[in-house]
Amino acid sequence: MKNLLRSALAGVAFLAAAFGAQAQIKIAYVDPLSGLQSAVGEHGLKQLQFAIETVNAKGGVLGGQKLEVVGYDNKGTPQESLVQVQKAIDAGIRYITQGNGSGAAIAISDFVSKYNERNPGKEVLYFNYAAVDPSLTNDKCSYWHFRWDANSDIKMAALTNYIKTKSAIKKVYIIGQDYAFGQSVRKAAREMLGQKRPDIQIVGDELHPLAKITDFSPYIAKIKASGADSVITGNWGSDMALLLKAAADAGLQADWYTYYAGGAGAPTAVRQTGLDHRVFQISEWHTNVIAPEMEAFEEAFLKKYGGPNGQRWWYLRLKNQIDMFTNAINQAKSAEPKAVAAVLHNMRHKNALGVEIFMRPTDHSVFQDMYISSLGSGTKYDEEKTGWGWKTVGVIPAADTVIPTTCQMKAPT
Amino acid sequence: MLELVIFSSLNGILYGMLLFLLASGLTLIFSMMGVLNFAHASFYMLGAYFGYQISRYVGYWPGLVIAPVLVGLVGALVERYGLRAVHKHGHVAELLFTFGLAFIIEEGVQMIWGKLAVDYRVPELLNFPAFTLFETTYPAFKLFMLLMSVATFLALLSLLTKTRVGLIIQAALSHPHTVGTLGHNVPLVFMMVFGVGCGLAALAGVIAGPALVTQPAMAASLGPILFVVVVVGGLGSLAGAFVASLAIGLIQTFAVAVNVSIADVIGLVGLKVDSNAFAGDLWNATVAQVAPVIPYLLLVLVLILRPHGLMGNRDS
Repeated sequence: MKNLLRSALAGVAFLAAAFGAQAQIKIAYVDPLSGLQSAVGEHGLKQLQFAIETVNAKGGVLGGQKLEVVGYDNKGTPQESLVQVQKAIDAGIRYITQGNGSGAAIAISDFVSKYNERNPGKEVLYFNYAAVDPSLTNDKCSYWHFRWDANSDIKMAALTNYIKTKSAIKKVYIIGQDYAFGQSVRKAAREMLGQKRPDIQIVGDELHPLAKITDFSPYIAKIKASGADSVITGNWGSDMALLLKAAADAGLQADWYTYYAGGAGAPTAVRQTGLDHRVFQISEWHTNVIAPEMEAFEEAFLKKYGGPNGQRWWYLRLKNQIDMFTNAINQAKSAEPKAVAAVLHNMRHKNALGVEIFMRPTDHSVFQDMYISSLGSGTKYDEEKTGWGWKTVGVIPAADTVIPTTCQMKAPT
Repeated sequence: MLELVIFSSLNGILYGMLLFLLASGLTLIFSMMGVLNFAHASFYMLGAYFGYQISRYVGYWPGLVIAPVLVGLVGALVERYGLRAVHKHGHVAELLFTFGLAFIIEEGVQMIWGKLAVDYRVPELLNFPAFTLFETTYPAFKLFMLLMSVATFLALLSLLTKTRVGLIIQAALSHPHTVGTLGHNVPLVFMMVFGVGCGLAALAGVIAGPALVTQPAMAASLGPILFVVVVVGGLGSLAGAFVASLAIGLIQTFAVAVNVSIADVIGLVGLKVDSNAFAGDLWNATVAQVAPVIPYLLLVLVLILRPHGLMGNRDS
């Protein structure tokens, strides 16, 4: 029923938008809104919605124009993403945002580049808040693609630097999703561990189908049998939550080095494993990195969109994206994508933590401080009402995350 | 190694028994009515959602009984007012009918319960580790799933072999027309079998729902595997469905544990295939990586080499 109501409301909103409020600047959110990965997709949509409401409450952009987000369900696949992006463009939307899945991200980036080449004057921008396959800002980079997250290699470098200091780690198991991103995580983990800790034995290296598995017990049995003391994984969404859930069921005692153990549903599963401060994540922020502006913003989000499970804000990068986007529109004095892109191209921004982050013009990738944190007891804020929250165990300053790019960006003439 | 074998066996048998709960109904319906029910997995999903809804009001346990009964009734109604009306237009029409029904149920579920997975929880009573072996725990709920499916299997077996109704059903399995000629109310038997088959699928849904994520795609992800089970086992053979269910459950679980690739096998004789070679990814894919495809490979092979399936004995 809730969904019927929601679609009815969306229909009304659409009509209202069609007749009258022409000044809206629309952003198409193209991410999984059905299927196994939809929990993550919906959580992202709520955050984007809230970020935009905050901007609108302060008067919008260009002295009164409002932003609006429209959700498009890409079902988690590259093919469907393109169908949805085309739909959004047909509906007159010039800004696309997507984050869940590098496979879809690569397809969208390529599509948008070609579209812009063929349709000068009608350019579309693609804002990527979470797809971190390194190729997106290297060999497959595009002037029209902007990424607000650190790429997978940067995250792995940070995690392995941390692992380097932990001499107790002897046997590592690498498990990931079988597609572009999972493969690059696996490759980076192998290379970097080999350089930094050649004594560590890689006892398993596994790829499983993306977003298809509902019971990870066979994989956990294998990890257990390998004798691994630590697991490295880039899994996200249901693949992270269910993997941890199976680990909890089997009572697997291992440390977890993850990219996305903060994603929807995962903290609940971590709590079930009972692994107190033994599950680590690398991210640009977490709720216990406390700064006044972000804290107030996060509290307001929890109150409005937290829902029965107390889901907190997760993507500082999504807030950075919307803040930089609106600043860029105001600076350019235009909501034309080409003008906005020219400003974003080399923008510096003081974020809600009061720290400066910057867009690198050579590959359109944002660099920012990164945090390694562990989930466990005794923190100020907890996740998903588990009583456990994230605690910082290491900070990597933005300057140390800058790695070279092979991107040969073609700026439009 | 031993612990991997033991836990993989447990997981494999559990998955296999769950498949059997679904496949038994599917194969019974097929052998009696000649209808390959594409919507069968949808009834499994309905079972999980009904169970979830009931559990929100009165807890998990009543749902274990009420949900399968309700879904069984829905199934019987579908047969009485849907399939029976379509029946006179032949098997293709019936097939298309169930095909459409599967989509309608999926959309309906999404409209009522939304596209997100619902929070269907393991009952508190069973939320503890049942036993610990080699420092690995096995959840009590999974043990319960295993026992429930074995119990259902035994009940079904005795119903079919020890009761009068079972006799008629068995007769109708091999000689449906003769049974009709003997004066039994064949349409009623059809309706019952369809209803009970759907009820069994729903029971599988209620016991799998909390463990395997209750979400709108659960029917679509399980449906194709069911057809593999039924075809490999032999269309219309209950024993075949049982063997094939367990075999596929075990094969899929054990395949995950095997890390050997074709390149490794070639490597044994001293040749090296790296990923830059022609179709390098194919040679280097491990059995674990191709695990999801193995059942379908089996399906294709069985259809070519033994079209009747392992234990099938009748042409459809």
